[in-house]
Amino acid sequence: MFSVIQLPGSNDDRDMRFAMKSILGCEAELVWHRSSELPPGTEGVLLPGGFSYGDYLRAGAMAATSPVMGAVKRFAEAGGPVLGVCNGFQVLCESGLLPGVLIRNHHLHFVCDFVHVRVERAAAPFTSRVREGDVLRIPIKHGEGAYFAHADTLEELERDGRVWLRYCDADGRVGDDANPNGTLHGIAGIGNARGNVLGLMPHPEHAVEASIGGLDGLAILGSLADALGGGRS
Amino acid sequence: MSAPGDPVVDLELAREHGLTDEEYGQILEILGRTPSFPELGIFSVMWAEHCSYKSSKRYLKRLPTEGPQVLHGPGENAGVVSIGDGLAVVFKIESHNHPSFIEPVQGAATGVGGILRDVFTMGARPLANMDSLRFGPLDDPLHQHLLRGVVRGVGGYGNAVGVATVGGETTVHECYRGNILVNAFNLGLVETDKIFLASASGVGNPVIYAGSKTGRDGIHGASLLASAEFDAESEAKRPTVQVGDPFTEKCLIEACLELMSTDAVVGIQDMGAAGLTCSSFEMASNAGTGIELDLDLVPQREAGMTPYELLLSESQERMLLVARSGREDEVREIFERWELDAVTVGRVTDDGRMRVRWHGAPVVDIPVDPVAKSSPELDRPVREPADLLERQKLDLAAIAPESDLPGALLALLDDPNLGSKAWLYRQYDQLVQGGTVIGPGGDAALVRVKREDGTLTSKGIALSVDCNPRWCWLDPYAGAVAAVAEAARNVACTGARPLALTNCLNFGNPEKPEIMWEFAEATRGLSDASRALGTPVVSGNVSFYNETSGSAIHPTPTVAVVGLLDDWERHAPSAFPADGLDVVLLGDLHETLAASAWLALRRGLEVGRPPQVDLDHERSLAELLRLAVADGFVASAHDVSDGGLAVALAECCIVGTTTRGAQVELQEGLRPDALLFGESPGRVIATTRDAGGLASLAQKHGVSARRVGTTGGDRLTITPSSGSPWIDLPVADLHESWARAIPRRLGE
Repeated sequence: MFSVIQLPGSNDDRDMRFAMKSILGCEAELVWHRSSELPPGTEGVLLPGGFSYGDYLRAGAMAATSPVMGAVKRFAEAGGPVLGVCNGFQVLCESGLLPGVLIRNHHLHFVCDFVHVRVERAAAPFTSRVREGDVLRIPIKHGEGAYFAHADTLEELERDGRVWLRYCDADGRVGDDANPNGTLHGIAGIGNARGNVLGLMPHPEHAVEASIGGLDGLAILGSLADALGGGRS
Repeated sequence: MSAPGDPVVDLELAREHGLTDEEYGQILEILGRTPSFPELGIFSVMWAEHCSYKSSKRYLKRLPTEGPQVLHGPGENAGVVSIGDGLAVVFKIESHNHPSFIEPVQGAATGVGGILRDVFTMGARPLANMDSLRFGPLDDPLHQHLLRGVVRGVGGYGNAVGVATVGGETTVHECYRGNILVNAFNLGLVETDKIFLASASGVGNPVIYAGSKTGRDGIHGASLLASAEFDAESEAKRPTVQVGDPFTEKCLIEACLELMSTDAVVGIQDMGAAGLTCSSFEMASNAGTGIELDLDLVPQREAGMTPYELLLSESQERMLLVARSGREDEVREIFERWELDAVTVGRVTDDGRMRVRWHGAPVVDIPVDPVAKSSPELDRPVREPADLLERQKLDLAAIAPESDLPGALLALLDDPNLGSKAWLYRQYDQLVQGGTVIGPGGDAALVRVKREDGTLTSKGIALSVDCNPRWCWLDPYAGAVAAVAEAARNVACTGARPLALTNCLNFGNPEKPEIMWEFAEATRGLSDASRALGTPVVSGNVSFYNETSGSAIHPTPTVAVVGLLDDWERHAPSAFPADGLDVVLLGDLHETLAASAWLALRRGLEVGRPPQVDLDHERSLAELLRLAVADGFVASAHDVSDGGLAVALAECCIVGTTTRGAQVELQEGLRPDALLFGESPGRVIATTRDAGGLASLAQKHGVSARRVGTTGGDRLTITPSSGSPWIDLPVADLHESWARAIPRRLGE
């Protein structure tokens, strides 16, 4: 069963639950941020997008102190899979589960658009359905999505293969022209050292139906469902 | 009944509040005494143009508002229209013009916040936003700033509350240099047995205040800001603009929807214009009851607020609700969970009076109905503008023909009015809630309907907002008819059946007979068109006084039409979807340039009588499109409007995810520029794999359908039946002009 964490200001919580439940046939339920425990039977945690606490402080900073984040940390430390999308990625960084920070897009605008990302690491539990080098078309929608970390952290992420997704063009080329927000190294998603926590800015839950956003989001959410032994789509 | 520090109320003070001498006399008569200072404030906002509709009422009464699909029409917070199977859509469009000019970010943001509250107040989950925006020329740094600010406000609010912005329109014109327009639309979805009305029924029931605390912001926003012309002093009115907090709104939406899924609430109303005052009066008046309030219980942001300030504050993100007696704790628990205040501030009474106490003493005691219902109704003088016939005069033979047809097409695509609006809508979340089938940039937006519990339906809702202000200035009647027809046609292009409409009527100073004439003509047009097309007016808003130092905007009756698609998967996009399709023009070829974008851009003239809309033809065309899309005869459909046939063809090539060319041949005999850039209405460019099938279906509906070309390649060529092409351009060039129209003007 997936626990979809609902913070005050979460927006994509119901969409995430819909993707896991109605499209992929998994069990998924919303978990209110004040719970200090995850519901029994939780096998995966999803931190959805939105504007937790309005993002009036740094994005994700307030949410990182929510009671439920203690439980999420324990779950991650025990090796459980945790996926943070957009604001969820920001919360993971702010709560120390992932290194670095997401800063304001270099052009200073919020941006909502379909972009391409290249799979840099094809592995369970997040990308077992695709191969390295595959290009996915998934939307982004954020104002603070540029990944930033110190040089040694970046080096470590690259060296250890912890960059899971990178922005690219339709043909898989990475570069400034395909970088939608000024993120370092074209980073769209990074994982922790153990490989069970992933944060990404693109929204796979908005690309799970052929006629609404396409199916490429299933590459990620479907892999996660497979990891729990439940994916059908 | 006065509080310490309140000024003495007299005629002079009433005038400063924008009340006329007659209105003040009426107040003395209603009360039988001199009003207290807060009472004077209440009358002044409730009777201000913005809240009372005193100048527009007599015209609005003539609009068709009924139909079997209409569950609730004007008079409620928003219109409610059935879409079958126990579901309904709730929608409205509203202006936030004056505040957005004074403070664009917050003005636009609170415009979005206000319209959302109008919709979720009725029990609906807000699903889709649209915005109709009008600015002055973009070479003016002030208007660049206003555009940036408004887009930031719209996006900042809509994105954070989790409601997708799926469509809209943006116009740039000299007439908006002194008054920009920001009209915000929202549509929500509700189960028909879960609709809530603003009614304070049940004597003894608690009146509960929920949401943000009350501060000193926005006092007299509705009366002093929205009900008067701008002048040199308008900058000083900035403190009357409210500040939006989308995070609180998001929590308020969730808390209210959760609460409304119980039966603890009997009525609910948002505190919009004129805040606590307006909402209490409306709720009591709707139920035929009275309300008793204790201002000391109202959650307050700052100390020392006077009764006057508490009653008139327009602080955002606040709701007033009436709960069933004994259910207060349930209400409080839900709001507490969302970290919001919910405080009992009064109760429902049976004496039809509004009684307000502060520090233990009465400060307001007035009968409800005379303020809410018997507000003044004016019959303002009406006069046709002296130069109207002059404006409408156009001798086509005297207009120098276009010497560079491809150049004209590129110039039109580069015009900010016709160019891509992606610079704006890329800053809006178009996807949240997972229903956006067609987002911004097409003819109409299309949103798939999912029930609150996540169950999918096959239904799709199509939405379009339109108005051509140039047409409305040249002929307000024809312009208003065209606005309805175009919005309905856009909706029909997706394959949907137009159901109903909402409108936002933006005009100048109604005290001027010429402005009132424009208003009378435009509402007559709205009335005729909505009657003919079967799209009743279910909600709306009037914004007068869009005028600065005597100079008014063009009349701008913005119309948003909502339609229903029974099976959303069977819909048509605007862009050419594949190579090798037949391109078919539905409707006729005409030789006209009156009121056209070409004439304005290439000849600097805004003249001529806008081509008249044939409403019977529009109805047939819409029905034809609905059937043709459902039966698969049509692969794409795009309405021909601003910029005419050539611009519409170019748009079909460039608005999709992949660009695509076409070869088009048009018959000779007509003046090429008038054929290519004339804007006669009632026309659609469709593509089909079965030109014969489409033609016979069209014939059955009395709509002419001619095959004019084929899709494919990377150039758009438009050729006369013999001779060299009029236009032969790479699609990439068309795309470049179109895509850069707004960014390049902003230096990006």
